[in-house]
Amino acid sequence: MSIRYIYPEFEVVRNENRCIACRVCERQCANEVHSYNEEKNVMISDETKCVNCQRCVSLCPTRALKIVKSDCTLRENANWQNDTIKEIYKQAGSGGVLLSSMGNPKPLPVYWDKILINASQVTNPPIDPLREPMETRVFLGKKNGEIERDENGNLKCSLPPQLELSMPVMFSAMSYGSISYNAHASLARAATELGILYNTGEGGLHEDFYVYGPNTIVQVASGRFGVHEDYLKAGAAVEIKMGQGAKPGIGGHLPGAKIVGDVSKTRMIPEGSDAISPAPHHDIYSIEDLRQLVFSLKEATEYKKPVIVKVAAVHNIAAIASGIARSGADIIAIDGFRGGTGAAPTRIRDNVGIPIELALASVDQRLRDEGIRNTVSLVVGGSIRSASDVIKAIALGADACYVATAALLALGCHLCRTCQSGKCNWGIATQRPDLVKRLNPDIGSERLVNLMTAWRHEIKELMGGMGINSIEALKGNRLMLRGVGLNEKELEILGISHAGE
Amino acid sequence: MMIDAKELGYKEINEKLRESGNECEINDCLGQRFIAAGMSDKHIKINGVPGNALGAYLNGAKIEVFANAQDAVGDTMNEGKIVVHGNIGDAAGYAMRGGKIFVGGDAGYRAGIHMKAYKEKIPVMVIGGCAGSFLGEYQAGGIITVLGLDADNRDKKIVGYFPCTGMHGGKMYLRSSCENIKFPGQVTVSHANGKDLDDLKSIISEYCEEFDLDADEILDTEFTVLTPDSKNPYKQMYVAN
Repeated sequence: MSIRYIYPEFEVVRNENRCIACRVCERQCANEVHSYNEEKNVMISDETKCVNCQRCVSLCPTRALKIVKSDCTLRENANWQNDTIKEIYKQAGSGGVLLSSMGNPKPLPVYWDKILINASQVTNPPIDPLREPMETRVFLGKKNGEIERDENGNLKCSLPPQLELSMPVMFSAMSYGSISYNAHASLARAATELGILYNTGEGGLHEDFYVYGPNTIVQVASGRFGVHEDYLKAGAAVEIKMGQGAKPGIGGHLPGAKIVGDVSKTRMIPEGSDAISPAPHHDIYSIEDLRQLVFSLKEATEYKKPVIVKVAAVHNIAAIASGIARSGADIIAIDGFRGGTGAAPTRIRDNVGIPIELALASVDQRLRDEGIRNTVSLVVGGSIRSASDVIKAIALGADACYVATAALLALGCHLCRTCQSGKCNWGIATQRPDLVKRLNPDIGSERLVNLMTAWRHEIKELMGGMGINSIEALKGNRLMLRGVGLNEKELEILGISHAGE
Repeated sequence: MMIDAKELGYKEINEKLRESGNECEINDCLGQRFIAAGMSDKHIKINGVPGNALGAYLNGAKIEVFANAQDAVGDTMNEGKIVVHGNIGDAAGYAMRGGKIFVGGDAGYRAGIHMKAYKEKIPVMVIGGCAGSFLGEYQAGGIITVLGLDADNRDKKIVGYFPCTGMHGGKMYLRSSCENIKFPGQVTVSHANGKDLDDLKSIISEYCEEFDLDADEILDTEFTVLTPDSKNPYKQMYVAN
């Protein structure tokens, strides 16, 4: 046996006084950590397989289990930290590219946490959302530059297609294949009930979910999986995915092991075949080429649906966004470097891209400077964690936010960051039927509706505190924000003053 | 219905096509893009050169072009048939998942990129002349056939550089012994025989009907068949972190 260089990261602590050897933990763990020793009538654990998803902990009827981080560590070293050394061992043992899931876990700055929101005191009154009407609806799409009237003086109401959202939040793209049927069902049903939208990601649209079309954004990405005429017409909007915050500049590989049954049919590729999304769209090497794809989609959908172009937040994002606005896109979606993913090379996830807060502020400013801000709506994601993040994003200039990680958490995700294994014990990032059925779409959609209902109320409370009764009046209203502990350059990019100013 | 494309933009042409009956003919076409995007149940003849993305997302219509066509012919098409009598530009049949593209002349770069297939739904592309570089890049399914008609007289190779890069599904037939062509490591290169020849015969017979050519004469030459070794080319590339 070769030397095992890596000591297990977690310890399974089992309180033997409480454990009744009911074997629930064994049945619940797709990673096969727990097993039963009949001879001694005890449960035993193989901690090398534990990913700390907390499924066994949550389901243990006697609360006999907890998972703790192992205190068995290598000698402390500020430069060569434990994780860094273990990554070297993994690569030395396999020759493989490190693959991770979900958003960047590194301690990089979270600017949302260094921005504070204003409230009214004395000189203007706050508004109580429990008693006064508050408008959280937003409309995404191109807005006309000026009011036009016909010869009788009546308003010409010829707006390009708009998306109406009951609140400025949507569920962002997660493909069927990377997440399960039941996860998609939960998102689709919740979006419909909430009056917002969810997004198919690049995996096509399962035929059962066409009924949720008015609350669906259908995505077209470089692999064009599941894209056809009916699909394009089924959605409320079409999104061209150019990039993703967790992995800017690279494509995606959904491993053949996940291309089973309906996933294969929905993507229109053979079972067991890798679904490869190339890094570039090979027909897009310029803004002019992007314009061609935007308009081919508009032609195919007869100009009835807004086209969204989604890009990752990268260094020259302001110039890129300006180009996208001129390509004919109706909505620009920007995904920050903390955005989630079902699988991305660790080095790319943790080192490529820029924070969404800075990207948003610079894009909004650039589009204003160029006088084209109204020709396009801005949607930001990666990562929006709470109602206050939403408020801050709107005040920095966004029209709406995309959330995905928060939605998965509502469905039971415990952020163990091993989606790539396909063994999600919570039935979310898996295609194994025995695991998928653990996520009940009735409960899942209800929890999503609960979460967004709560956020919506918090959004109203925060707006009310500022004396603002409509999302429109908050949009780009950076006077409502102040920075704490930020340097002058950061404040300049964010376009906000420091607290106390 | 006859559509005079002169001084019409693509939007107007498509509106007219949608309004018209099943038989349509476009005259004096001069580079208008997106013609017949997403359309089904129509037979469209085009005189003149259509612009980029001809028949994008095509869903069952038949398009015949009696001249050259430009880039992105049949982008993401689902059903139907596109017959181009002249040459076509780059990235033809990008991600097509069904239907047929028949080209009389040459194709540019990246023809058949990321073609797909599902069960009996298999897209087919036949290029009568020669294909440019990166033919069948990322090919995930479907059948690409290049005939190289008249290639020798023109001193042209049947395909350019880097054919089959990233190919992980489907098949490619090249009407040549391919001795002077370099293929990537992950594809198997062999001579077409047995069932391959039966498949080729039915594809080429249908092709020859469109172009009034002799199928037996075309088939009476060696064909090289290319298939990928693995459906999972990146399986060994990663380690979980």
